[in-house]
Amino acid sequence: MKLDSQVPEGPLAEKWDKHKFNMKLVNPANKRKYEVIVVGTGLAGAAAAASMAELGYNVKAFCFQDSPRRAHSIAAQGGINAAKNYQNDGDSIFRLFYDTVKGGDYRSREANVYRLAEVSVNIIDQAVAQGVPFARDYGGLLANRSFGGAQVSRTFYARGQTGQQLLLGAYSALSRQIAAGKVKMFPRTELLDIVKIDGKAQGIITRNLITGKIESHSAHAVMLCTGGYGNVFYLSTNAMGSNGSAAWRAHRKGALFANPCFTQIHPTCIPVHGEYQSKLTLMSESLRNDGRVWVPKTLEDAEALRKGEKKPSDIAEEDRDYYLERKYPSFGNLVPRDVASRNAKYVCDEGRGVGTGLAVFLDFRDAIERDGEDVISAKYGNLFDMYQQITDTNPYKEPMMIYPAVHYTMGGLWVDYNLMTTVPGLFALGEANFSDHGANRLGASALMQGLADGYFVAPYTIGNYLTNVPYEKPSTDHEEFKKAEAEVNERINKLLNINGNKTVDEFHRELGKIMWDYCGMSRTADGLKQAKKLVQELREEFWTNLKTIGTNDELNLTLEKAIRVADFMELGELMIDDAFNREESCGGHFREEYQTPEGEALRNDEDFSYVSAWEYTGENQPWNLHKEDLIFENVKLTQRSYK
Amino acid sequence: MNLTLKIWRQKNADASGKMQTYNVTDISPEMSFLEMLDVLNEDLLKKGEDPIAFDHDCREGICGMCSLFINGKPHGPSQTTTCQLHMRSFKDGDTVYIEPWRAKAFPVVKDLTVDRSSFDRIIQAGGYISVNTGNAPDANEMPIPKDVVDEAMSSATCIGCGACVAACKNASAMLFVSAKVSQLAMLPQGKPEKQKRVEAMVAQMDEEGFGACTNTGACSAECPKDISLTNIARMNREYFGAKASSENV
Ligand SMILES: Cc1cc2nc3c(=O)[nH]c(=O)nc-3n(C[C@H](O)[C@H](O)[C@H](O)COP(=O)(O)OP(=O)(O)OC[C@H]3O[C@@H](n4cnc5c(N)ncnc54)[C@H](O)[C@@H]3O)c2cc1C
Ligand code: FES
Repeated sequence: MKLDSQVPEGPLAEKWDKHKFNMKLVNPANKRKYEVIVVGTGLAGAAAAASMAELGYNVKAFCFQDSPRRAHSIAAQGGINAAKNYQNDGDSIFRLFYDTVKGGDYRSREANVYRLAEVSVNIIDQAVAQGVPFARDYGGLLANRSFGGAQVSRTFYARGQTGQQLLLGAYSALSRQIAAGKVKMFPRTELLDIVKIDGKAQGIITRNLITGKIESHSAHAVMLCTGGYGNVFYLSTNAMGSNGSAAWRAHRKGALFANPCFTQIHPTCIPVHGEYQSKLTLMSESLRNDGRVWVPKTLEDAEALRKGEKKPSDIAEEDRDYYLERKYPSFGNLVPRDVASRNAKYVCDEGRGVGTGLAVFLDFRDAIERDGEDVISAKYGNLFDMYQQITDTNPYKEPMMIYPAVHYTMGGLWVDYNLMTTVPGLFALGEANFSDHGANRLGASALMQGLADGYFVAPYTIGNYLTNVPYEKPSTDHEEFKKAEAEVNERINKLLNINGNKTVDEFHRELGKIMWDYCGMSRTADGLKQAKKLVQELREEFWTNLKTIGTNDELNLTLEKAIRVADFMELGELMIDDAFNREESCGGHFREEYQTPEGEALRNDEDFSYVSAWEYTGENQPWNLHKEDLIFENVKLTQRSYK
Repeated sequence: MNLTLKIWRQKNADASGKMQTYNVTDISPEMSFLEMLDVLNEDLLKKGEDPIAFDHDCREGICGMCSLFINGKPHGPSQTTTCQLHMRSFKDGDTVYIEPWRAKAFPVVKDLTVDRSSFDRIIQAGGYISVNTGNAPDANEMPIPKDVVDEAMSSATCIGCGACVAACKNASAMLFVSAKVSQLAMLPQGKPEKQKRVEAMVAQMDEEGFGACTNTGACSAECPKDISLTNIARMNREYFGAKASSENV
């Protein structure tokens, strides 16, 4: 298989315009003869489904929640980037492009990122026209804030609920098309397989989560907008239902999986407090603007704090180690996410962690002394309240405790410039694809990418694909549908009849622990080898010792989880393989063997300036690695430094 | 701490349900309410009993998926979502009653899970601005006064959980509907369709079988997002204004 990224010829800034002109169009009257399946109704899916329906295509949309409005995108807090340059501070499409490529540690495709920056401006226009109440200044014009990794103010926001407002905007557009009869919506419906006929994606198999009914849906093309796979780690900031199954099923049907090991670990989350914990809560990164990160200098003090024999205020100034300020005097507490996360791990590994041992302090004492409690409260009041509500401690009086947590997956289905996977007719949008963030995503760029893909990219590129597809779509009686349905039924029956002793959550927790310990914030060849063995053993145990209950033909939450965790068991192994293969450190991927003498990530552009795209070759078979070389014509590769 | 739980069990939409008693032990005050139910469900599963079905997803108080009527209040004793409620709000030895949302327009699906698709249909009836992708003018072309947009944002923070309906003795959806009507009526972009919108959404609300509003204010008092009663007043104004000038009168 030869990977062809389909990037158009010509200067960077003209590629997308030229491509749009060169793509074939479907005659308006013929659009209604085509049907497209959109799986997922987050920013990417809701935007795509609504836009395609507006153009005249017939759309079937699916999500597993009870309403499309509840997709995980709803939880995004901080904001969305766009190169509007409303603040006149020197922003431009090229600067947003440049920041994103650099922030991604030079492991993304230039042409895609440039297009993302280009259409970012249209997203803001569209959202405002839909009634999204972005924050405004006293003159009534849109306000901006700055976000990590950028020196300009280009982030648009709606209080701390930007994802919610953008999703509700896209959901309203989707609702309008549902009412118009152009979108048929299937909530509480989970994709369990992709159906290929003549090598092309032509349908899906789903399970109705209320009745358990397995159903076939055929279409002329399928778009996966199913989000990221961070829940492979069990604990993450993702929603409980977020899963990798749709992407994984596509992978097993021939779609290559790109850069699976690129995961983002966010430094400021509320630490784990017990075995029973179900998810982790993100505290906005903005807190690092005024909070100072520290742990005690000595192991003795750390232990006394953990045992409750000392309070943070008992630790004298000279006995505190403000380790980020010490190691990175110029960026201090504002180093990028990956650097902040890794350093928290180091001090805790040394035994200087506080709380449960896996936490560091984020202290506002000095900021409150300097600016007063009212100023700090005006800036962070809602975050402080949220922290207090969850932990029952008052961050105005005592330092917060934080620890890194899994947050986002840069890896995903490999797609070309048209967002099509290696399976013709199968597209991937939003966090589900790998395309724009390289080895590390900048804050406020995921919302931008999901909406760019859904509103402004896929509706064009899919049209071009459809011009070569006959109007006749396959019947769901086709043997490929029957075969896929039978396979799904068999898989479910197998899961329901293992009759073992261990619950899905127990397996998932164990898998998460392996992934976190060996394929988390820092990785080594030996550790990864060990992890691969552990995951294989766990997977074997899963299929022989899983305890489930109930039947397929009812609302069965245990079964739903089992189906998802079964796929995570395979995906986890591929992440480990990818991390093992990539003998360099870049962005969120840190291999301990590859670091500078000062302990910073050491990239190897000579040998690893490529996208690793893995091909599935069969159950328990090794994957085939394909490489898409990354060519940088418009930016110069530099080593990131935050000293 | 140890608690006695009285939980509504109902096999499916057609079955009749009943309250059943469970005991949970060693519950830590740091746990969230849903984590406490997770622990119970793991227990039930290990004993070979069907775990209790309840809706949830983000567990951050924003997706609106969690529900639960706890000790006679939607989302329990504090004004948050159930996923943000912590066990420190309860005492050792307490008996806790857990029921699904009760409303004709929210039929029970299983145990504590209800069908809230009526809310989606109300939005489909008119809770949008008709603008196709690519049709939009520059975002700064039309300035909007800060206080107007702030007010619209306050209405827009509704998470669609349905606690307002569950809190209301008439099971009215006025707070939910009025929050969307208000948000869009306040913004210049939403004005052209405001008459048609309020009429269509109210008609759909009635068709779904939600009850009438008698201004008790229970909805707003229990709303985890503090959606204000002024939305209802604003919607009434919009509605009667629309009716007065509508050809359908
Ligand atoms: C706490 C938090 C805060 C964040 N803050 C920001 C921020 O400030 N700025 C920013 O840019 N990004 C932020 N992000 C990242 C961003 O929110 C996500 O990357 C983005 O919203 C993903 O959108 P999506 O449309 O790709 O997928 P999602 O919103 O995850 O949607 C996935 C959809 O797929 C459906 N689905 C999944 N699997 C299946 C299946 N098997 N069958 C059927 N349906 C399925 C789901 O029902 C859902 O509708 C944040 C993330 C988190 C966790
Ligand atoms: S689970 Fe999302 S609001 Fe409670």
